[in-house]
Amino acid sequence: MSWRNMLKHPGLVIGLSATVLFAILALLSLIWTPYPIADISIARRFATPGPEHWLGTDQLGRDMLSLIMSGTLTSFTVGAMAVLIGAGIGVPLGLAAAIYGGPVEWVVLRFSDLAFAFPAVVIAILIATLMGPGASNAVIAIGIFNVPVFAQVARGGALAISTLDFVAAARLAGLSRPMIALRHLLPNIASLIIVQGTIQLSLGILAEAGLSYIGLGTQPPATSLGLMLRDAQSLFLIHPWLSLAPGLAIVVIVIALNIAGDGLRDALDPRLRNRGLANVAG
Amino acid sequence: MWGSHPMTLYILRRVFGFLVTLLIAAAVIFLLLDLLPGDPARFILGINATPEAVAALRLQMGLDDPAIVRFSNWLFGMLRGDFGLSQTQKLPVAGLIAERMSVTLPLTLFAMVISVAIGLPLGILAARHRGKLIDTALMVLAQTGVAIPNFWFGMLLTLLFAVTLRWLPPGGFTPWNEDAWASLRGLVLPSLALALPQAAILARVMRTALVDVSTQDFIRTARAKGMTFGEALWRHGVRNALLPVLTILGLQFAFLIAGTIIVENVFYLPGLGRLIFTAISERDLVLVRSATIILVLVVSFTMLVVDLAYGLVDPRLRERRI
Repeated sequence: MSWRNMLKHPGLVIGLSATVLFAILALLSLIWTPYPIADISIARRFATPGPEHWLGTDQLGRDMLSLIMSGTLTSFTVGAMAVLIGAGIGVPLGLAAAIYGGPVEWVVLRFSDLAFAFPAVVIAILIATLMGPGASNAVIAIGIFNVPVFAQVARGGALAISTLDFVAAARLAGLSRPMIALRHLLPNIASLIIVQGTIQLSLGILAEAGLSYIGLGTQPPATSLGLMLRDAQSLFLIHPWLSLAPGLAIVVIVIALNIAGDGLRDALDPRLRNRGLANVAG
Repeated sequence: MWGSHPMTLYILRRVFGFLVTLLIAAAVIFLLLDLLPGDPARFILGINATPEAVAALRLQMGLDDPAIVRFSNWLFGMLRGDFGLSQTQKLPVAGLIAERMSVTLPLTLFAMVISVAIGLPLGILAARHRGKLIDTALMVLAQTGVAIPNFWFGMLLTLLFAVTLRWLPPGGFTPWNEDAWASLRGLVLPSLALALPQAAILARVMRTALVDVSTQDFIRTARAKGMTFGEALWRHGVRNALLPVLTILGLQFAFLIAGTIIVENVFYLPGLGRLIFTAISERDLVLVRSATIILVLVVSFTMLVVDLAYGLVDPRLRERRI
């Protein structure tokens, strides 16, 4: 896609810019935050936003802006890794179902049904019982939740394309089915997968927040936006700011990703406009 | 219609698929929790227990039986309504779960009703005025609603309605048999928190479905017969657009029941979530096992009902294999 083509979709530009901005802030936290995150100082706790602490401080006197930068990194990382797991397993499964059909397809579809029956929070409960809570717990739970979504998108896309002439030509040329999937189907469904990836990333960030909030995700001393809300739970009635800042950060990131996803879909495939991909928050 | 062959076959195939899914899900849950290192009997008795006492309890709990025996005991027990005994609370799991369901289930249903009551009309309104200011405004609203975490929205609602306006309680729950009115009031904010993000999704799906339908020939025919666009959309469009909405509704029920586990934390409600968290921290495996299979059962049963309803409404689907 050319840059000029991209500029025709203002949603894509706005959404992508906002996402990149947050991603840069998040990555910046690896080398620099306004204050060290572990810097606890009871003397300056519950500071309201001001010139020294742009977003105030929390119950331990930690700088909220620093925490949000670092928390955003966790949220993005968990969401992105869950997308990689989901696409990494789901796309090959979906492609296999589409090219082989028959028993292979049946198994993939039943597996999809099975995975759909386990909401992310149920998987997280099982893993937390098994291995204790943690950020990797959230990655696996959300990743498994993503698998059937990508499998269905890949299968649907591949089925639609496999009726086209160039696929028949490839088959006549003697290409094996896995080669056709790799060389001809995968590149053609890439845009679908990228768009779904954006949606799943935003859902993953929401899910990570939920899991960390109930204590099944990221654990201290690491921080995530959901964990900040968990910390705020017992205090937000007196200090609403503690819950407002991280919550707003989640909302803005998710909106940015969704707008970018919608824009990407329009830009990559105008036929899909108004088609609304699977977009159900979990 | 019910006697006709394809429909019966469709139902049978769906129910069979549902049962297979459930059986595999049960096996997955059982195996996962069975892999857990550590001895539940020793955990219950504490580290000072004698090896004889631990062995006796293991025997009593049936922990020495082969895994397949324990698995089938669990399965057949559940079929009889016996979900086993909680390892830490020494009470039947079925009773414990039923007690918590008296909070979780009404909460889910209220949230479902609210999200339909808000989402569908707004979606229809947006489609009716497609491309106009009201459509844009509603869709911006929906875009925001989709992005709001339900539990954070719950916190905001508490700040506004419980702390500032003092209209409703900030949290806690009065049991139904003590004061049903108070119980109901306690569920208002949690169900709103759950419902609004889902309503946003529903509005978007309804609008998209209706916009798709509005280009169909039968809408043009209705217009040619003298109906206004709004009338045609209302009389013929909505009914046809409801199909995709139905699927989303089924998914939403599943997400709502999982969502209550998160949202009940905001309002300190004694629902299924609290029970499960206590069970995790006390390593009450019997309780975790049964609670998770019940959640999976509810979710896959909802999917089954949606599929059957879908087949009933749309005859074309019965023929397909998917």
